[in-house]
Amino acid sequence: MLTLEGVHAYYGKSHILHGVTFDIAPGEIVALLGRNGSGRSTTAKAIMGMVKVEGALRWKQQSILYHKPYEIARMGIGYVPENREIFPNLTVHQNLLLGQKRSRSIGRWTFDDMYAMFPRLKERQHTDAGVLSGGEQQMLTLCRTLMGDPDLIIIDEPTEGLAPKIVELVGAYILRLKERGISVLLIEQKLTIAMSVSDRALVMGHGQIVFSGTPAALENAPAVRAEWLEV
Amino acid sequence: MNTAFIVISLMNGISYGLLLFMLSAGLTLIFSMMGVLNFAHASFYMLGAYFAYSLMGVIGFWPALIIAPLAVGLIGALFERYSLRRVHRFGHVAELLITFGLSYLVLEVVQLLWGRAAVPYALPPALQGTLFTLYDIQFPKSRSFIMLVAVLMLVAVWLLLTRTRIGLIIQAALKNPEMVEALGHNVPRVFMFVFGGGAALAALAGAIAGNTYVTEPSMAAAVGSIIFVVVVVGGMGSLSGAFVASLLIGIVQTFAVALDISVATVLQPLGISVSPQIFGYALLSLTISQMAPILPYLFLVLILIFRPNGLLGTERG
Repeated sequence: MLTLEGVHAYYGKSHILHGVTFDIAPGEIVALLGRNGSGRSTTAKAIMGMVKVEGALRWKQQSILYHKPYEIARMGIGYVPENREIFPNLTVHQNLLLGQKRSRSIGRWTFDDMYAMFPRLKERQHTDAGVLSGGEQQMLTLCRTLMGDPDLIIIDEPTEGLAPKIVELVGAYILRLKERGISVLLIEQKLTIAMSVSDRALVMGHGQIVFSGTPAALENAPAVRAEWLEV
Repeated sequence: MNTAFIVISLMNGISYGLLLFMLSAGLTLIFSMMGVLNFAHASFYMLGAYFAYSLMGVIGFWPALIIAPLAVGLIGALFERYSLRRVHRFGHVAELLITFGLSYLVLEVVQLLWGRAAVPYALPPALQGTLFTLYDIQFPKSRSFIMLVAVLMLVAVWLLLTRTRIGLIIQAALKNPEMVEALGHNVPRVFMFVFGGGAALAALAGAIAGNTYVTEPSMAAAVGSIIFVVVVVGGMGSLSGAFVASLLIGIVQTFAVALDISVATVLQPLGISVSPQIFGYALLSLTISQMAPILPYLFLVLILIFRPNGLLGTERG
């Protein structure tokens, strides 16, 4: 479904990704793990066309290299950024509306689905998103991206700074996506949630993929964890 | 100072302030969204006046009032699409310089096509004459028309920004264009729309101010610096701030122009006469009306010292 082959990415003159290669199958949850600065978020931005990229980037057999972020989003790739980036001066409902790519979007997801998944958002639908708690803002960003009806959703550090109970909610949300046939690229630093929900784990280091296998295989590779993951 | 003077000066001030708002609304939106301080904004105002003047001779004033802003808006959109967007990757200095260049280009083209003198852009019969007279002071219809158009424009922009999907996208893109684009919205096209819309609003202001005041090549420079003051005083990127600052500057300037009071005239009833031999006579005998042109800039300096984000602006990252 999504294929990266020898992808190099740059921030200005800084060379961040050094030949990243992996793919994601339909309905698959892939965890992208690694320490800070290993290139995980840049990989997400490279897929979304937000940084300068070289190599091969294909989505449903079609090259998406040099496509603009909005074109890539319209092709069916959703992106939940690391720092949530809600629109603070708009209400919860308006934030969700912005997730829809067209005014009369007929996607897999409705407002009712979102509010059923996270009832707290329904209670606060007319509240400015800027006053929501960190957990509520995370729920809102996840739901906002879903309103765009993506086939693949890239979620960057969704559990960062969240209470354990909210982290559980996020895990349940990711499994719910899988039930509906949506692929997920889950960028995480915490092993726990990534290992419990993903089908496959990739480990990044120095801008390259240094491990690819099942969560069980990663569990049984203490050397990989020690060198590339543990602090 | 009698009631009639206050009422008429206030109305003149509001009328001028609303005109400034029509100009600064587009400027502040463009700045907020694109980070570009558009030096050519007042040139679109001038083009609006000249286009309306030329079109009036062919299709009449009222159709010209609609066509001229649309034509200037189209020019603005094309400028953004084929010029500003291309230099975007070179940073804000390049963008600033290109708008600076455009302002000179427009000025030269206007002088080539319409000459260096003022053109006879007359008011249509419906806008000639006085709307009302208060104790022998007249309030012209043309100024009330400026007020009407500005209020209608304000309501239209407000409805567009708060009640439509495109308005929602614009509001979000004002804060975080990258995220809006990642959600699948064509932000570059939204930028073009806002730039073109801002140019059209400036042109509409030019089309109605051109025959109320005067249509000449220096008209852009006359308001150009004032609208920058409005945008900075109101708070860069704040539409409501621009509204408050426009009215404030419009009213202050209008009252100041009408006040022939100096320190010397205030001291006279107290028995202190200020003669040319006294030290500082030049300063003491300066009237408020003489100082009126510098008041907005004085205000600008004070705001930058005591409230750098403007009256209603928020701190920018």
